[in-house]
Amino acid sequence: MPSTRPKLAVFKFASCDGCQLTLLDCEDELLALAGRIEIADFREASRRVVEGPFDLTLVEGSVTTPEDIPRLHEIRANSRVLVTIGACATAGGIQGLRNFADVAEYQRVVYAHPEYIRSLATSTPIQDHVPVDFELRGCPISRAQLLEVISAYLGGRSPNVPRESVCVECKRRGTVCVVVAHGTPCLGPVTQTGCGAICPSFHRGCYGCFGPQDTSNAPALSQKLVQLGMDSPSLARFYRTFNANAPAFRAASDAARPSPSPEGA
Amino acid sequence: MTRRGVTRNLDIVIAGASLERVPEFLTDERKSGRTPGMTEPAVGEKRILARADFPIFLGALRDLGYRVVGPTVRDGAIVYGPITRVEDLPIGWTERQDAGAYRLDRRSDGALFGYVVGPHSWKKYLFPAHERLWTASREGSRFAMAPEPVDGPSFAFLGVRACELASIAIQDRVFARAGDPGYAARRTRTLRIAVQCGQAGGTCFCASMGTGPAVGPSHDLALTEILTPQRHSFLVEVGSVAGARVLATVPLWPATAEDERAVERIVARTAASMGRRMDVSGIRDLLVNNPGHPRWELVGQRCLACTNCTMVCPTCFCQTTEEVPNLSGEKVERWRRWDSCFNSAFSELHGSPIRKSTSSRYRQWMTHKLATWHDQFDSSGCVGCGRCITWCPVGIDITEEVAAIRVAPATPRAAGDRT
Ligand code: SF4
Ligand code: SF4
Ligand code: SF4
Ligand code: SF4
Repeated sequence: MPSTRPKLAVFKFASCDGCQLTLLDCEDELLALAGRIEIADFREASRRVVEGPFDLTLVEGSVTTPEDIPRLHEIRANSRVLVTIGACATAGGIQGLRNFADVAEYQRVVYAHPEYIRSLATSTPIQDHVPVDFELRGCPISRAQLLEVISAYLGGRSPNVPRESVCVECKRRGTVCVVVAHGTPCLGPVTQTGCGAICPSFHRGCYGCFGPQDTSNAPALSQKLVQLGMDSPSLARFYRTFNANAPAFRAASDAARPSPSPEGA
Repeated sequence: MTRRGVTRNLDIVIAGASLERVPEFLTDERKSGRTPGMTEPAVGEKRILARADFPIFLGALRDLGYRVVGPTVRDGAIVYGPITRVEDLPIGWTERQDAGAYRLDRRSDGALFGYVVGPHSWKKYLFPAHERLWTASREGSRFAMAPEPVDGPSFAFLGVRACELASIAIQDRVFARAGDPGYAARRTRTLRIAVQCGQAGGTCFCASMGTGPAVGPSHDLALTEILTPQRHSFLVEVGSVAGARVLATVPLWPATAEDERAVERIVARTAASMGRRMDVSGIRDLLVNNPGHPRWELVGQRCLACTNCTMVCPTCFCQTTEEVPNLSGEKVERWRRWDSCFNSAFSELHGSPIRKSTSSRYRQWMTHKLATWHDQFDSSGCVGCGRCITWCPVGIDITEEVAAIRVAPATPRAAGDRT
């Protein structure tokens, strides 16, 4: 007898698998989850595959090869609700650094036979190619937020995933601000919350894993970072990590160190 | 202007450097020739507590069942946490504060309270950042609600500054109006041991706000630290019966007229060393009549909409509540968390925020704090503690923003302009 539970699928594009692993990491909740949802296609967990269409599809990874595009369209056509998970899927990921470089040149330098490589010049997020119902940010995503997204889907409500700054949670947990008290650069004020403000609680500045918060004022933060002694290359690198290609961070790093023009000025 | 506070603070540190570190035994009040008493003083009376007897004082609090919390050094700042021994206090520490900058610094003496306020405020105990309000569970076709119990420890807040007493009084009014049972229960159990500041911080402006540095009448005990090369002791003023009860088992000396004069001098010195000032004359109308002032746009360009100013503010009470269901859908919990008017979701109605621009959020915050708070709660919402100035990562200074609007008030614009 076919299952009446909604069908969940997990697919990956260019990524490290860390975000899908977050689902496997939900050990305590997996049983409760399996009771309410049928895990139909999740290759990382099981070779057993149930055909689509799927009710809820989680997509990890970014688009980096020509083959990715038709495959992604097929997944979209086969999914009622499509949620992208992680910095790769929502912003292009760390591999989005290629968007600031000459990929053909890299291929010539790195590979003995670059003619065998077929890769796009850019790493782009899923929503650049197909409509996405919800984007779950993070590198990696937060386990609690993933459960919230699934639980919201099951309950027919919208997920409670705040878009505010990391500072909100940093202050709620009583961490001493590393910018103000130590002069340590931190991306928390321009980054979306979700991690629980972990890094400042270990005396490190935020690395921006969850991408820009919804009211991200990177130009104002950059001014402060320069006052703290950051030079332009460091400032550009600061914004160019897992969410380098997210528009607000991209603009901030470009402003710090404009991409070299094709003429090589 | 921006460096002024720090320079003044440094002056104090340098002045302190001329005092030699005094051996503990010399500071003992027992050398004074006066004799200690062990009788419970009456409300309003003043006594002297020797620094050497401070552990006995802490012990008396513990014996009465209080959980003592107060200033302690952690992660490069003075924060509030458990105080189990006198050594947990920031002995010999001070700090330098300026807009967007805070640094711990060593004092040349062994003062217990030789600093001002840090990033934490007492609201973290009275109005916790995360609080479960109730739990509901499904029972067949019905559900059962269980409100969160309001019992918990009785805190003794050790080292409440004048501005903080004022901020607690403000939150008392806010939460009383809201009829908040958790806040009321925690607050009733709390003992407030005030400390009069011996120096002002680089961003302090309580003198402008009329909240300090002299501690007002509403406290359980108020201490003033008297520290000279000859002497290290505290003048203790009894503010309530609960405060008097603590002192029943603590050795105390009579306070002399000279002790009281010393305290007056300390408070006067602090009042004269404010790092900031704010002209609050007619401030309600000034801000309410200037929603279109160009300054809002300028501050909006600098502001990160990060919420730090509101999170550290001891009077900010904004909160969000969320229901957190479990995966099976059998149980749901309602949680309350600190929220901020700098978040876009805070003003979200019908899926979009009313206050889209950061300048409109800053205007909302400052206008509420300094102006419309008077209409709502019969006082200013600002006590002049300076936290929002120090802990703003980009150093936006509320006193500077007020001054800029005061210098050139613009023609009032239509109040309908909201973004
Ligand atoms: S440490 Fe970073 S995240 Fe935390 S409050 Fe400061 S700026 Fe914000
Ligand atoms: S507005 Fe600033 S100075 Fe005033 S009470 Fe709040 S944190 Fe303190
Ligand atoms: S604002 Fe006044 S009462 Fe508050 S810490 Fe500063 S000097 Fe003390
Ligand atoms: S005023 Fe400062 S602390 Fe407040 S939201 Fe703006 S940048 Fe953050």
